[in-house]
Amino acid sequence: MDNLLFGDNQFFGVNHMSEDKARAQAMRFQSTDAIMSVLDDAYDAGVTTFMCTTHDRISDIADRVRQNPDRYDRQSFYPCMPYAHKYSNAMAEAGIFGAIKQFLPDGGFLDAAMRGGRSLATKDIEGIITLLVDSEMKMFSGLDTPVVFLQNVVVDFLLGMGFNDAFRIFADHVSAKYGAEPGFITMNMPRLLDSLDAVGIGNPIVCSNINKLGFRMSGGIESYLDSLENRRFRAIAMSIFASGAIGPYEAIEWVASLPNIESIVFGASSRANIESTVELVRKFWPAR
Amino acid sequence: MGLSHFSIINAHDDVKVVGVCDSSGYILDVLGKYTGVQTYTDAGKMLESSDVEAAVISTPSKFHAPMVRDCLERGIHVFCEKPFCLDPADSRALAALAQERGLVTQVGYHNRHLSTFREAKRLLENKALGRVTHVLGEAYGPVVLKPKGGTWRSKKNEGGGALYDYAAHPADLMTWYFGRPESVSGTVLGKVLSSETEDEVYTTVKWSNGISGQLSVNWSDESERKMTTRVSIWGTNGKIVVDRQEIRVYLRAADQALSDYPNGWTVRYTTELTGEVDFYVRGEEYSAQLDTWVNRIARQDIQGEADFYQSSVTDELLFAIINSADGALRTLEGADETVRGDTSGEPGFWDRLKQRRRGRGFKVA
Repeated sequence: MDNLLFGDNQFFGVNHMSEDKARAQAMRFQSTDAIMSVLDDAYDAGVTTFMCTTHDRISDIADRVRQNPDRYDRQSFYPCMPYAHKYSNAMAEAGIFGAIKQFLPDGGFLDAAMRGGRSLATKDIEGIITLLVDSEMKMFSGLDTPVVFLQNVVVDFLLGMGFNDAFRIFADHVSAKYGAEPGFITMNMPRLLDSLDAVGIGNPIVCSNINKLGFRMSGGIESYLDSLENRRFRAIAMSIFASGAIGPYEAIEWVASLPNIESIVFGASSRANIESTVELVRKFWPAR
Repeated sequence: MGLSHFSIINAHDDVKVVGVCDSSGYILDVLGKYTGVQTYTDAGKMLESSDVEAAVISTPSKFHAPMVRDCLERGIHVFCEKPFCLDPADSRALAALAQERGLVTQVGYHNRHLSTFREAKRLLENKALGRVTHVLGEAYGPVVLKPKGGTWRSKKNEGGGALYDYAAHPADLMTWYFGRPESVSGTVLGKVLSSETEDEVYTTVKWSNGISGQLSVNWSDESERKMTTRVSIWGTNGKIVVDRQEIRVYLRAADQALSDYPNGWTVRYTTELTGEVDFYVRGEEYSAQLDTWVNRIARQDIQGEADFYQSSVTDELLFAIINSADGALRTLEGADETVRGDTSGEPGFWDRLKQRRRGRGFKVA
């Protein structure tokens, strides 16, 4: 993995600090051109991995990249699935199985699995999970996707329930079918490491908030630092600026001082911010 | 949202989930097989089958009253999703029953556990705005975006509709901040896309101390990425605008007791105000509200944020709104009845409870 990955929250009106800022960004990035122009800036600054949700609009980005293979020959995608609001809105409207059915490429599978009122067998659950993954991966067809992530809402929901087998099913499927490494985004990193251990997912790629403020580092910043020091996993730090609450210099200096972090994922909306982040990472992570 | 409650409370260090009840056999099958939890399709059987100390009730709203009563009568502490009861007479009766039994209750008004809305509460308690004159409570979001819906949320008589689902949140913040209103008037329950239920709620609220308020809600607003709840408050000394992420305060004259709020604008963000939780699924507030309830049970603290008494005031406001759809003035009922009684509880009750304690076990329904 590169030491800097480009995130996509800024493109879809996600800001953990201010709803006004989020709205302003959503307006600015209504057109695919506006997004592409920032992605081009990142690419030209050497940040060629786009870690993105499976938001419907990402398929337009994927199309552009497919259409210009020479321009984007080093571009890779780390899909993060699913785009949770898509599912939660559908769930409020159609219930849990109704929502799953909407997103399965073949709704008949679920009907068949549930026909006659028999219980869902293990292979049915595997089937549902893998079909959902496939439907989210469709937009990346033909593109380089070396790591595929499960989003934090789903990871943490499963983690709380103790549904650890789902992590195993996901990991096996993305490596078998897409030749990709599985990744997990979480707001509960130390606890997730235990669960991944329990289902035999060794040295996992885990992306979590890691910032000087301790913002959204559940269980406490100390437990995170302890995990970085003592656990075997490949850490990606996100929210290092705590949505703008920490200045870039201070944020990157602090993250770079921690052990065992392999990558930082960051979002930016301007060439200047992308380039200054690249500069700071070069300065504080000279060995990389 | 029952499953996310299960996820959050199952991860709580002080809680053991001893059962889950749901009407869907498929969901129970999957839960039982993959998480090992004991599952039931009959809530009564679940409550009888093993030692239960506390229950989380997250069902369609019309089932709240009978299920809560069943739990309270068995001496079980209750967390109930919002709105508490569709009929405020049930709300008041259950609040009284819980108090009589010394049980710890809470309703899922999660905004009360958000740092920004709590900060506004603190400022109001410190009279930062001087005399408050007006409050505007708003909620907008993308729930009903097509002309039909198949779940109970689209059924009026089951507590569906934008009033109970969306307006309940700003309405609860308004009663939390300013207490029981005296009346509502000028109510509009408008339809945008739904055929059976309202998609918009607009009403004027008045308090006996002269504060006026307006509620403005639309759940067919696709311009919002997700639900946005905002409260704006005007007073003789300034204004507060607060949502889940930030609080913006304008003060004409700073108060010495609030040294972090000088004259003019102060903006504070959730990133600065929010403390961490032990386990996070979809917002600190959802974890914090269950953690608060669990800790209150441990302390046997029967009065607390959004307990049944406080939540019954919100139920009365919602009930007044739904019964003033013609726009006429409607006075809130039950003003005298919902005064919290003596809170000392029965002598000897805690001793009995302690004898009864068998380690913590929570059943989730």
